[in-house]
Amino acid sequence: MIRKILQNHLHGRIFLCLLLILTLYVAFANLLLPSDHLLYVSTYTVTLLGKYLTYALLAIAVDLVWGYLGILSLGHGAFFALGGYVMGMYLMRQVGDRGVYGNPLLADFMVFLNWDSLPWFWLGFDQFWFAAIMIMLVPGTLAFVFGWFAFRSRVTGVYLSIMTQAMTYALMLAFFRNEMGFGGNNGLTDFKDLLGFSLQSDSMRVGLFVSSALALALGYWSCRAIVNSKLGRVSVAIRDSEDRVRFLGYQVDHFKLWVFTFSAVLAGIAGALYVPQVGIINPSEFSPINSIEIVVWVAVGGRATLLGAILGALMVNYAKTYFTGAFPEIWLFALGGLFIAVTLFAPRGVLGFFQRQDNRKSANQVGTE
Amino acid sequence: MSNLTGLQNLTRRDQIFKFLINPNELEIDTSKGDILYIEDLSVSFDGFKAIDNLNLYLREGELRCIIGPNGAGKTTLMDIITGKTRPDSGSVYLGQNINLLEYNESEIAQLGIGRKFQKPTVFEQQSVFENLELSMAGNKHVWHTLTTQLCGEEIDRCDEILQQAGLIEMKQLPAGLLSHGQKQWLEIAMLVMQQPKVLLVDEPVSGMTHQEMEKTAELLNSLAGKHTVVVVEHDIDFVRSIASQVTVLHQGRVLAEGSMEQVQSNPAVVEVYLGE
Repeated sequence: MIRKILQNHLHGRIFLCLLLILTLYVAFANLLLPSDHLLYVSTYTVTLLGKYLTYALLAIAVDLVWGYLGILSLGHGAFFALGGYVMGMYLMRQVGDRGVYGNPLLADFMVFLNWDSLPWFWLGFDQFWFAAIMIMLVPGTLAFVFGWFAFRSRVTGVYLSIMTQAMTYALMLAFFRNEMGFGGNNGLTDFKDLLGFSLQSDSMRVGLFVSSALALALGYWSCRAIVNSKLGRVSVAIRDSEDRVRFLGYQVDHFKLWVFTFSAVLAGIAGALYVPQVGIINPSEFSPINSIEIVVWVAVGGRATLLGAILGALMVNYAKTYFTGAFPEIWLFALGGLFIAVTLFAPRGVLGFFQRQDNRKSANQVGTE
Repeated sequence: MSNLTGLQNLTRRDQIFKFLINPNELEIDTSKGDILYIEDLSVSFDGFKAIDNLNLYLREGELRCIIGPNGAGKTTLMDIITGKTRPDSGSVYLGQNINLLEYNESEIAQLGIGRKFQKPTVFEQQSVFENLELSMAGNKHVWHTLTTQLCGEEIDRCDEILQQAGLIEMKQLPAGLLSHGQKQWLEIAMLVMQQPKVLLVDEPVSGMTHQEMEKTAELLNSLAGKHTVVVVEHDIDFVRSIASQVTVLHQGRVLAEGSMEQVQSNPAVVEVYLGE
């Protein structure tokens, strides 16, 4: 029964209900219950859950382009990190003169580098609305420009994957440089407050968690809307037989470009919500291994299901938190083992595994009738 | 006087800003009765002349078969017409006014040229009905596909064509479950949904049984008249059963053209192809 629901669009509604219940419960349990109460949720857990939810949003962004459009992007970590950096810039400007050097305008790392004025690209980031636009615009523009060249020249398959990988690697190297003006290898950290509220307060933590849940719900809903529309069917058609779609009169590169850009914007939003919760953004977020990990989440949960991506992101990251705490030295082996196990026993991911079991059962029923 | 008409032409959007016009809004001028003009066409790959100074004209509404041994340039010719391959020289016009070489594959498809591949290519993960929905003529921009809804008329049209192709019972089945022959019909049905002026059909009966071949012949014959149908085929019996006009290609050139009897009695043709 539960498996049936998972297959249909009903499962989307159930997911959204569960997310709502979880969000309300966590929020109220943290803020209203005393800390020795049985049902109390610690602020640490709230932040951890909020972080998982931003990962889940990132995972559906990847699933949209990989599962439905057939573009295996190994560079979505870059869009995530760019969204994070934009948020980080806003948070840095909010620090004001409370930094170590007490400079009202310049961030600590700029004073340390003996800069005497704010670089031009840091202007405007003291305004939240400006940062909010940039969170979508910066990753979106990068994806648009990258996609414009890649899709027009019909780069596909593994070549495209390698290019996305190279893109994120190049960005990582660039952000490591102090001259880039984004804090070099230390990145941006020591944030104080967001929209005037302290980042350390419980209510802020809950607020960020609720925002992440809301962003995930909206992200899921918009991806579902795309997938259910004719645009989604054209995307699947492009995934399965690109040439055929072209000869039916669709401009394949336009479709790829817009879906890819939308996906990058989602990843950017996820990154922007991630940074205030973990309190730091540095160039290692661009590292290629991060982007590959996102693809692993999607593969584990089940490609081209959206919900599978969310499930995979939550499961793998929970496992990561557990293993890196309990047995830190075996985490990478566990991740590798998980990926092998999924590839061998459930090639269509956890969700795909249940769907297949279900199909087989109904096929057996037809056979016995 | 001629200057004046020249000036008037300047005010016509389709004369000056061709790129502004949606390809499916262009009027095709077929006042001379021909729909496709292929002239002095040549293309070579690494020195091998796949098409060599080829000339071919298609009447509007005719059913034309193109035959020829392997490597005669049949598929290359289709690739050039549909924009997949660029020729080295020569011209391809749709009607008298549209230079196909200025457009890319999807624009050419929107101009009204449909193509069936040699290997049946349908969207296997999607249902037969969805395959037709995707092929439907109309606006094919990204934003439009995001917001559009199927209307009853369009569903009826899909049903009608499925009926014609004999696939109405499989409407909700994933296309990947169809048999080889059914996939071929589905692909032809998808072409018809595009409402093309010219249908290019590459080897429609390869791997089909005799009954399936008869049904395909019937289907193609029913399409001629409304559309111009070009069939590339190896199977001579099949060609005999459908064609009014046959063009024989050999080494990238037109070797002979005419009815099946005329072509068959042509000694040159007998030598290179039919006689073996």
